[in-house]
Amino acid sequence: MAVNQTLPRVNPPPENKLPAQRKMPFLSRLWRDSPLLVMVAPAVIILLLFTYIPLLGSVIAFMDYVPFLGFTGSEWVGWSNFSSLFSDSAFWNALWNTAQITFLQIVLFFPVPIVLAVLLNTVAMPLAKRFVQSVIYLPHFLSWVIIVALFQQILGGNGVLNRFLITHGMTPLEIMSNPDTFKLLLTTQAIWKDAGWGTIIFLAAIAAINPGLYEAATIDGAGAWQRFWHVTLPGMRPIIVLMLILRLGDALTVGFEQILLQRDAVGPGAAEVLDTFTYFNGVVDGSWGTATAAGLFKGVVSLLLVLAANKLAHRLGEEGVYRR
Amino acid sequence: MNSRPVWLGKPKPIAVALKALALVLICAVVIFPFLVVISTSLATKQQIDANGGYVIWPTEISFEAYKQIFNGTQVSRSIMISVGVTVVGTVFSLACTVLAAYGLSRRQSLFQRGLLSFVLFTLLFAPGMIPVYLMVKQLGMLNTYWSLIIPTAVSAFNIVIVRGFIQAIPHELFDAARMDGAGEWRILRSVVLPNSKAVVAVVGLFIAVGYWNNYFGPLLYLNDTEMWPLQLVMRTFVLENNVTTNAQAIPGYVAPPAQSVQMALVAIATLPILCVYPFLTKHMSKGMLTGAIKG
Repeated sequence: MAVNQTLPRVNPPPENKLPAQRKMPFLSRLWRDSPLLVMVAPAVIILLLFTYIPLLGSVIAFMDYVPFLGFTGSEWVGWSNFSSLFSDSAFWNALWNTAQITFLQIVLFFPVPIVLAVLLNTVAMPLAKRFVQSVIYLPHFLSWVIIVALFQQILGGNGVLNRFLITHGMTPLEIMSNPDTFKLLLTTQAIWKDAGWGTIIFLAAIAAINPGLYEAATIDGAGAWQRFWHVTLPGMRPIIVLMLILRLGDALTVGFEQILLQRDAVGPGAAEVLDTFTYFNGVVDGSWGTATAAGLFKGVVSLLLVLAANKLAHRLGEEGVYRR
Repeated sequence: MNSRPVWLGKPKPIAVALKALALVLICAVVIFPFLVVISTSLATKQQIDANGGYVIWPTEISFEAYKQIFNGTQVSRSIMISVGVTVVGTVFSLACTVLAAYGLSRRQSLFQRGLLSFVLFTLLFAPGMIPVYLMVKQLGMLNTYWSLIIPTAVSAFNIVIVRGFIQAIPHELFDAARMDGAGEWRILRSVVLPNSKAVVAVVGLFIAVGYWNNYFGPLLYLNDTEMWPLQLVMRTFVLENNVTTNAQAIPGYVAPPAQSVQMALVAIATLPILCVYPFLTKHMSKGMLTGAIKG
């Protein structure tokens, strides 16, 4: 309802003062708007320092960067950081792990909030619905340290599950430190933390569906399943496609803090992803050039993935993130 | 209480039961770990030892673990540090966000379009970890608390949300204030802030949660363990301890007496989130969603 109240004001009607202001001389406009410019200044300076200049600073991917010599003193080495990166099997291992985790998350995680949202939407009692929503949104706000600690407590070697198995004479399961199932563990943790939160956007999409469609479908004899298939799902389709595109654009970003916290338990063979590779190569080992090259590779590939996914969405007749 | 429309007819009892069961299970999966953490943190050593490391329901309540945490050790210092960084960071970040949001809210103001694109562009490209680290280092912010606060203080997303709300304030209010001779700073204080309390509260809470939960920032920028905030200390206390003892944990393991201290730590780290959570949920649908849709 708040949407309806505020939306009409998003594009305020063009004021009739506008032409007069165009004629105002530059200096008096500057004088008039100087307080506004002062207000924007802190944010602009911070974005300049910590986003724009570091973006330009990515040129050290083409340098043999030595912190002591700085940007000006370090030597340009062309593409050699990239060639050493691409001949490093640890990099390909990290890339492969990243791809596997993304695949698992799209297949196993992505549908969960959609199903949850549909389920929640059918709850007729407002109080029950609100309660369930409050409970399932909560884990989103907890830090990864807490989430991993909770999983340790329940599924760890000494946790609730294994104590139960031991006291009942069964073999304990090694879940938290098993490299073979580590990626499934990561996906489970991600679902526990964020699937509930993810329902918000899908619930909004369902709420935007015209109730008249359901009524008409019911009168035409559609059952619950048919209403879901022919009304709810088509109504959610644009949002589902949009979220899928955004997820594909983030394909190379897979829970950096989450993995960093648990990497030691299973070893880099199973747990190294692009972000941890960059961290350990650059900050820990000091190979600044190679690590930045890995970071730049990730940035460029991510951008290409978004553009490609968006193009695909347009092919399928959806709007995607932007038009054209 | 029932909002089910009449034309839908009566639902099948089996379907209702299955749905209720599913929802109860989902809630249990979320709540159960918290129950274990809080119970273990409050349980006595005997019960923890008898149970083998955890307690689902304490028979006898003991606050020893919490006493130990607030005893002036590294843990209590780290809690103070986390509170300090969160408070200062939230105030600073919120100030930057609201100022920028108002500064960019007037369509016909000088450089508005250019500056807005400058801000929005950062949504598309994120610089890599290494160049940002080197920048922080270059500015002499390594090993200072500013390294945890300033680099992440401004988010284009937050600015867009607050700006959308400011633009939704009726124009007449601005015109009236201007007619009365109010300058931009006065308008910000007397018109913008009182009319955008809800969005400022929600964005502020999100920012605060971000600072409180920050774990990688201090790991990257602070070498001195004396300066570590709660999340990092918690990792060393709870996770590293657990990981190292994991190998011999399984056959006939004797629980460390530190178990309830560890869980008390987790409970303390969760507590501030639980405190702000009711406010978050109250404003969430109202604040974030409209902002996101407009953005």
